Amino acid sequence: MQPAQDVLIPEVIQQIPLTYYLILSTVLFIIGIIGVLTRRNAIVIFMSIELMLNAVNLLLIAFSSYKSDSAGQVFVFFIMAVAAAEVSVGLAIIVMIYRNTRSIDVGLLNKLKW
Amino acid sequence: MQLGLLCALIPLLPLIGFVLNGVGFRRVPTALVGGIATLAVFASFLIVVSLFTSFDPEAGPQIIPLFDWISVGDLHIPFSFQIDQLSLLMLLVVTGVGTLIHLYSIGYMHHDEGFGKFMAFLNLFIFFMLLLVMGANYVIMFIGWEGVGLCSYLLIGFWNKNTSYNDAARKAFVMNRIGDLGFLLGIFTIINTFGTVEYIDVFKQATSLPMGDSTVLVIALLLFVGAMGKSAQVPLYTWLPDAMAGPTPVSALIHAATMVTAGIYMIVRSNVLYTLAPAALELIGAIAIITALLAASIGLLQNDIKKVLAYSTVSQLGYMFLGLSATAYTAGMFHVITHAFFKALLFLGAGSVIHAMSDEQDIRKMGGLRKSLPITFITFAIGTWAIAGLPPFAGFFSKDEILAHVFEHSKVLWALGVLGSALTSFYMFRLLFLTFFGEFRGTEEQKHHLHESPATMTIPLIVLAVLSAIGGALNLPGNGWLGHFLEPIFEGSRQVNPEAFAESVGESSTEYVLMAVSAGVALVALIVAYIMYISRKAVPAPNEAERSLPEQVIYNKYYVDELYETIIVRPIRSMGDTFYSFGEFAVDGVVNGVAWGVKQSSAQLRRLQSGSIGFYVFAMVLSIVLIFALRFFIRF
Repeated sequence: MQPAQDVLIPEVIQQIPLTYYLILSTVLFIIGIIGVLTRRNAIVIFMSIELMLNAVNLLLIAFSSYKSDSAGQVFVFFIMAVAAAEVSVGLAIIVMIYRNTRSIDVGLLNKLKW
Repeated sequence: MQLGLLCALIPLLPLIGFVLNGVGFRRVPTALVGGIATLAVFASFLIVVSLFTSFDPEAGPQIIPLFDWISVGDLHIPFSFQIDQLSLLMLLVVTGVGTLIHLYSIGYMHHDEGFGKFMAFLNLFIFFMLLLVMGANYVIMFIGWEGVGLCSYLLIGFWNKNTSYNDAARKAFVMNRIGDLGFLLGIFTIINTFGTVEYIDVFKQATSLPMGDSTVLVIALLLFVGAMGKSAQVPLYTWLPDAMAGPTPVSALIHAATMVTAGIYMIVRSNVLYTLAPAALELIGAIAIITALLAASIGLLQNDIKKVLAYSTVSQLGYMFLGLSATAYTAGMFHVITHAFFKALLFLGAGSVIHAMSDEQDIRKMGGLRKSLPITFITFAIGTWAIAGLPPFAGFFSKDEILAHVFEHSKVLWALGVLGSALTSFYMFRLLFLTFFGEFRGTEEQKHHLHESPATMTIPLIVLAVLSAIGGALNLPGNGWLGHFLEPIFEGSRQVNPEAFAESVGESSTEYVLMAVSAGVALVALIVAYIMYISRKAVPAPNEAERSLPEQVIYNKYYVDELYETIIVRPIRSMGDTFYSFGEFAVDGVVNGVAWGVKQSSAQLRRLQSGSIGFYVFAMVLSIVLIFALRFFIRF
């Protein structure tokens, strides 16, 4: 929605239609998902998760600039902080897994079953 | 003190005794237990005596309402007591004989470990019996009716470690209940017909009904079904001999003097209804004489001292009903009172013998006890003389009065009654001779142990013996006190059927001839018994001995128990088993089925937990997709 003061959205940005950002973001997200589902290397799975998060970031920023609503960009900051924290914890867990099983193949972690 | 409080105290004191002894079981010291219980009943007896002496016949029945119990629409059933001649008589008998038996129980049950429980149950029984006789309406009577059945069960199965005693208790209770069903249906019919259950109102309304009215007939028959169960008439009598499994004071109190007479009391109380239904009276007469003869014949061959007395009780109850069937209500009540005296005496005497014989009850193992147990012997002999109907003791007067009235009513019944009288005399003297005369036939061990009973046991025996001896004075023939006393009770009946109540027994000569016949018959039976058991020293055969067919049938009590077992008990039991197994099948099917279903589904569902992380993540993704799809394509 239009803000109170008439702030002009830079024409440069408007030359690329919003749909392109949408499609790009979706494709990146799907690639991330496929990576998470298919790959067996733990670090590659983490990279895919980062990819998913970045896809979402991209989409948020795109919407935020097109609608001149800064809420989206602020949310991106939050996501980045959370991503960083999550990666640090995740990598620590991977290190512990490596120390116990001498490998980072997630296919070996299959004891949580009936 | 005012009448209301006194009347409320009469049943209340034994109830308090029950609570004290019951709650304080094993905590109240043994020395006090018997005292508490006996004093409770004795205090009630004193109150009854004071009420009796201050009773004014002109004032009519006193109704003491305690509280309004059931009020539904037009039906009001207050919890109230009625004090009139009939209830006073029953109260005197119940509390008086009750006190003596409580005193006796102190000596008899003193060293039993359940002594406190026993005295508590006895008190509870007295409480319910007092409710029964004091109630002013049929429902209060029914409370007492049920309650004494309960106490009978508790007391018969008192030594509850023995399975056969428990079976006997259950049999008594179930047979009583069958009768109670009839009684209850009778009460419902009364409510339906008269709109009330109060005696005074019901009887007043009944006097305006025509003779032979069918509703009254139905009521009379239904109430009699209750009496059949409670007072052990054919076909509901088999519980009474089995009830001898209980301690002897129980047999004396419940199955001789009080509970079994409740049926007769109920009929005398409802005399208007019965006078209005001669068909019912005919039926009662038939059943009564059958019972009297059947039981007397079985008693001829029994060898357990208590069983003989039990069959004797059933037989004498038959006599009471026989009197009632000839509308000789006073005679029936007279026999109730004298029977209470001498039957309680006989049972207590039997208890004394059993006590001395170290719990032996088979008379074939007794003999010559009159030397070791003099007081018991003399009192038992007085009781036997009384029950045989020999003058001048009480039994002669009461039995003779019944037979005199029956003679006017039906010669056939009279003749059968005289036959029963002969049998009674014979088996009672057989019992006396086999137990107290001749040579001792028991073991050396038992012989050493023979001793006369303590004073707490012999005093009641002596008192009851005196009462059995002089009890006849209550209603001497011609112009008896009892007849005059009870006259107002039968006002209704007299109104409805004047001829039946006309001053009975026309010529004195007939009366004297009848008296001579009954006494003579009893005397002949006594002589026959004497010849058989003292002159010829016969001893009854052991259980396995050869018996001729009629003897075999009678010895096995006409196989009535076996008959009931086959045609009633076994089908019901198998029906119960069928329902049980079907129910088990159905219920188990459902419950087990549910469990089976859960197990099968879980076997499939647990495959979701494959342990592979990739699959878990895939499941997560799938769920998220599903949620989004649902969110966007189905409007919530």
